[in-house]
Amino acid sequence: MRIESTLLSNVEISPSYWRMRLTATDEFVRQALPGRFVMIQAGKSIDPLLRRPFAVFETGIVFGGSTAYFDILYRVVGKGTALLSTRRENEMLDIFGPLGKGFSLSHAAGEHLLVGGGIGLAPLHALAKKLGGYDLATRLFVGGRGRDDIFCLDEFEMLGVECRIATEDGSLGERGRVTDILIRHLKSTNGNATIYACGPEGMLRAVAKLAAEYRLPCQVSLESRMACGIGVCLSCVVPGRCHSPETPDFRCVCADGPVFDSNELDWEEAR
Amino acid sequence: MNTPDLSVNIAGIPLRNPVMTASGTFGYGVEFAAHMNLESIGAFITKGLSLKPRAGNPTPRIAETPAGVLNAIGLQNIGIDAFIEEKIPLLRMIETPCIANFFGETVDEYAEMAARLDAIPEIAALEVNISCPNVKQGGIVFGTDPGCAAKVVTACRSRTGKPLIVKLSPNVTDIVIMARACADAGADALSLINTLLGMSVDLAKRRPLLANITGGLSGPAIKPVALRMVWQVARAVKIPLIGIGGIVSATDALEFILAGATAVQVGTANFIHPDAAQQIALDMKNWLAANGVDDIKTLIGALET
Repeated sequence: MRIESTLLSNVEISPSYWRMRLTATDEFVRQALPGRFVMIQAGKSIDPLLRRPFAVFETGIVFGGSTAYFDILYRVVGKGTALLSTRRENEMLDIFGPLGKGFSLSHAAGEHLLVGGGIGLAPLHALAKKLGGYDLATRLFVGGRGRDDIFCLDEFEMLGVECRIATEDGSLGERGRVTDILIRHLKSTNGNATIYACGPEGMLRAVAKLAAEYRLPCQVSLESRMACGIGVCLSCVVPGRCHSPETPDFRCVCADGPVFDSNELDWEEAR
Repeated sequence: MNTPDLSVNIAGIPLRNPVMTASGTFGYGVEFAAHMNLESIGAFITKGLSLKPRAGNPTPRIAETPAGVLNAIGLQNIGIDAFIEEKIPLLRMIETPCIANFFGETVDEYAEMAARLDAIPEIAALEVNISCPNVKQGGIVFGTDPGCAAKVVTACRSRTGKPLIVKLSPNVTDIVIMARACADAGADALSLINTLLGMSVDLAKRRPLLANITGGLSGPAIKPVALRMVWQVARAVKIPLIGIGGIVSATDALEFILAGATAVQVGTANFIHPDAAQQIALDMKNWLAANGVDDIKTLIGALET
């Protein structure tokens, strides 16, 4: 669906990381299942031309009111996100979504291990909230280059999620990669867990490999450049497990994902 | 005030209005059913089809440029067999002409595709792609040489009785020569323009943004070039033209009609607003009503110079 949203707030929560809150409709909130995303026009002119995709971080009702809202987290990386960071309260934004296939909760068993890298944290909060309804432990493993890449953890803790941090420069949490602390946890448990990951491609590849090694179900949420968000421009494709040039098996991150079972994808093929 | 007449006719296909959706930006049509009323537009055109499924190019396949988009998808498509099996049954329910865009790697493949598509009753017309800039075979070789283009059109013409539209490339020295060659070889209509060959560079990485290095430019950035070419071709051939290139509004579309197009195709705009073509058709009707134009056909080629 397409909605005209009013910008409620737009705040830099950590250097170059922003959080934007926009009004939503009840129907939008109902459809915004964890892991789904929206396409937002950063400006109002034909430049930048295309919408930008963002995971829905959180949905709710404005405090003391009846207005539904949703939040996105974004990092300023280019022209579109730079423009988005200049948008102010009460301005209108054109929202298309929620789109795509979110996280699947049906096979949840054992612990829920959420793994986020940098802005990859964005789809995990809504997931953690949903998983809170299950009577199982939910843990978050979060990583980044430095402390600036770590944010919003208090909101996970409020949901009862135990957070563990790794930074490559050691400025917050343990020094190292998020997969280092994940491995240690996997070694210490009996391997009854489901992994949900979102972050840079290298991190996702490492997490998918670990999941295969420990034979754990694993869902990954991918990020990609895309034009349409509905599976027709074919710019955001990733190769499926059985892909070959003769028998193409490309999946659209937007329409077949952004969340995939890690076994569905071909992690060897260069992307 | 009378409701303006927006209907036009392209090579024997009656269209409720002149607004179509361009190949490669509209999937196989059915993907848009949830986002718009498919019966509000004149016709829609499928993603380019080939005899066998095609994987397309490596990623990144897309890069945004000022008021434009560069793409190098590489004609990824499900192939004619899957199209017939999976998509045609869904298309049966849509009361809007479906035009099949197709390509081949050889003249014989083009002809075979024309014959296969000719046998499908749900397909109203054929659009031959001789102009994709992103693969070595599958278009541009045929689209830049008038002799080769004529051979493809003649071969397709001999295998189909359905209206045959030829989609022209702007990446030529003189598009009028290409247009004449295709018209003389038996094309019923011409659609123009396909994307303009371009490239984009990531300075920090010192690399091209597209894995394919070059790609096809579309979007508002190319509209002036497209308008100029439609105008030139309109003065040179008698068959109807379908104008394409950066149309995002009804005024854009009407400019193409004034320049000589009988209909238009909306492309990149579908990516931004999936109901863009529907909105353009509606705005076009409102513009005609507001400007006292009873019949859109009176505007075709009515540019005063």
